[in-house]
Amino acid sequence: MDIGKIDQIIDNYGGESGSLIQILLDIQSDNNWLPKEALDRVSEKLAVPMSRIQHITTFYKTFSLTPKGRHEIHICMGTACHVRGAQDILATVEEVTGVGPGETDPDLQFSVETVSCLGCCALGPVIVVDGEYHGNVVQAETAEVINKLKLVETAETLEKLKSAESPEVVNLCACQ
Amino acid sequence: MPRINTTGELETFRQEILSQRDVDKPCITLCSGSACHATGSNKVSTAIEQEIVAQDVTADVSFRRTGCHGFCEQGPIVVIYPQGICYLKVQPDDIAEIISETIKENKVVERLVYVDPNSGEKTTLEEDIPFYKNQERLILGSNLKIDPKNLEDYLAIGGYQALVKSLFEMTPEQIVDEVKEAKLRGRGGAGFPSGVKWDFARKAPGDQKYVVVNCDEGDPGAYMDRSVMEGNPFAVLEGLMIGAYAIGANEGYVYVRQEYPLAVQNLEIAIKKAEEYGFLGENILGSGFNFIVKVHRGAGAFICGEETSLLNSLEGKPGEPNARPPFPAIKGLWGKPTNINNVETWANIPLVINKGAKAFSSIGTDGSKGTKIFSLVGKVNNTGLVEVPMGATLRDIIFKIGGGVPGGKQFKAVQTGGPSGGCLPENLLDTKVDFDELNKAGAMMGSGGMIVMDEDTCLVDIARYFLEFLSDESCGKCTPCREGIRQMLKILTNMTKGLGQKGDVDLLLELAETTKGSSMCALGKTAPNPVLSTLKHFRDEYDAHINHQRCPSLACKELIDFYIEPEKCKGCGACFRKCPADAITGEKKQVHVIDQDKCTKCRGCAEVCPAAFDAVRILSGEPVPTVATEG
Repeated sequence: MDIGKIDQIIDNYGGESGSLIQILLDIQSDNNWLPKEALDRVSEKLAVPMSRIQHITTFYKTFSLTPKGRHEIHICMGTACHVRGAQDILATVEEVTGVGPGETDPDLQFSVETVSCLGCCALGPVIVVDGEYHGNVVQAETAEVINKLKLVETAETLEKLKSAESPEVVNLCACQ
Repeated sequence: MPRINTTGELETFRQEILSQRDVDKPCITLCSGSACHATGSNKVSTAIEQEIVAQDVTADVSFRRTGCHGFCEQGPIVVIYPQGICYLKVQPDDIAEIISETIKENKVVERLVYVDPNSGEKTTLEEDIPFYKNQERLILGSNLKIDPKNLEDYLAIGGYQALVKSLFEMTPEQIVDEVKEAKLRGRGGAGFPSGVKWDFARKAPGDQKYVVVNCDEGDPGAYMDRSVMEGNPFAVLEGLMIGAYAIGANEGYVYVRQEYPLAVQNLEIAIKKAEEYGFLGENILGSGFNFIVKVHRGAGAFICGEETSLLNSLEGKPGEPNARPPFPAIKGLWGKPTNINNVETWANIPLVINKGAKAFSSIGTDGSKGTKIFSLVGKVNNTGLVEVPMGATLRDIIFKIGGGVPGGKQFKAVQTGGPSGGCLPENLLDTKVDFDELNKAGAMMGSGGMIVMDEDTCLVDIARYFLEFLSDESCGKCTPCREGIRQMLKILTNMTKGLGQKGDVDLLLELAETTKGSSMCALGKTAPNPVLSTLKHFRDEYDAHINHQRCPSLACKELIDFYIEPEKCKGCGACFRKCPADAITGEKKQVHVIDQDKCTKCRGCAEVCPAAFDAVRILSGEPVPTVATEG
């Protein structure tokens, strides 16, 4: 992550150490996760020890210390969603993406997170895929939404490989 | 807009706004709360804007995007004023017809109006829909009348009159007395008298004091505060200003979950507008009172709803609680006297001041005054936000407003008060919503989550669910909470897996008592409530799990098996095609069989088996009959 951008975020809060959480939230939302360099910079500029930053970043759920996938899937596990079958929806998401809550696949395609409550309780079960809410979902629809993303991902990867005209493409084509 | 410097200027400006508004001019309002966002309100909004131009009615109709209307299950919701015609589940394709029929011809588009799921009867006007008719929307009502991004809308409905009254006609002592006399109790859960709390902070020594809005609404299944903050942030801010003036604070904070982006956005806009117009800042309306507000986003920790944890989080620290006393009123944010109230409590303040304590306290029961917003969700027909006077019965809320349980299923329990609350059975449905009555019944008011459960919900699993949530959210600072919850969770998890043992219930009770009695903050003190209330009212379900490895609700996966009844199966192949685990075998037109070793219990087969055959049975506590297969 660009150091200039981090400095700018810190400056937005006047460099106050009391704004530590707000600063980390902004970095997280900008970069999707908190790389070590960013935390080092925050620690240095705010004169806050790394131990406290570690405490904060591991205490609050929003922060991630590992890179996130290109697609983020949040499954609401609130009570209203629970009584309407959120557990089955989570099982479907795990099956289709191959990753469980709090995990990201090695290709950085999907990150799956469970959320305690999204506050859309009237529409339960609810999932949020890349910021888009899907309410009253059933297992089949969940699988469909994620599979669609997968297809797009595969097409994009092929496109990239083709345009790069790298040797891998030749191999790929030869295989087929 | 130039800054408003005096009350005279404010009234002139208000009259100017009102004179420009024609109450008879048709106005299309579109709900843009979070739930309607999820069901596509943005696309509907674009369609409305385009269609107004396309059908050339720009001069004849106005359009307003409002906060949450409450009837979230039926979103996106469009209401057309002045008639109040309510259209539900509106899609972009419906807009052309709404404008050509309703706006131009004053005709109702029948297919979009409310249809009663039980009687099939249609209702055109919003006020006549049973869901709305039986409510008293003193707080939520303003959501429908204003665009939360438009301060002028708030002024048009009388906004900031309570602030003017407080600053110019009342002393801080009188304000505190008024709130005391109104008997307003905190809406965040515990129900502590707000006026008394204010008085502590007001009398606490110190020049620097703070006021805080708690919008860290973490209870799963509750979203009242979100909708108030998204729909009318001005009212919350007005309440906060009045509170600040009463206790002598010049700085306020709003702590809002970052999971509520729209609430953060609308709040920030409201603060900015209030600053521009001079309702925030130096010398507000010429009164000499100075006040500023800052927004702090929560980073995802349930414990931060607890006031001392919230204050620690505001200071940029981990949200762990402090032992009380000292209470925040004496030693709060940065060690200074601080008054912290929930969103809904603050939103009630302008009402208390405008109406007066006497009128306010005429609504409700002896011990609980005013109205309360509940999020009525789960297995109920009309899910959404409902606001009722204190003293309404649970039965009225669930059946009159909520329309009962869908799909002809049997009502089993209602859970109130979130993870600190309890589950109440059918025979307690006549309990009144009142802080003390609900406590007596073994549940609690909490912040207002009301989750309806039907015969398919397993109450042992619900107790396990809440403990799993709390075990995850316990900050770990004190041992009784951290370990007590974890051990109770272990026992309950075992029960739902058929590994329950005799003596488990006694052990649960013992752990519950210790956790309740010795935890540091409310999270631990109330954590055993879901276990205790389900044990009290649904003991037979616990016994079935422990003694017979049977889940009476057929919900616990490890205790159920799926079985196709050979005499009913017609071999249509629907389940065979649906099964994701290839666990079903059988030729077309022949009896299908489930391989129990492969079955993942996803329920797919039970869902797709045609109702006419109804061949898939779910068994619990009994062996699966062996089906003779060929060969």
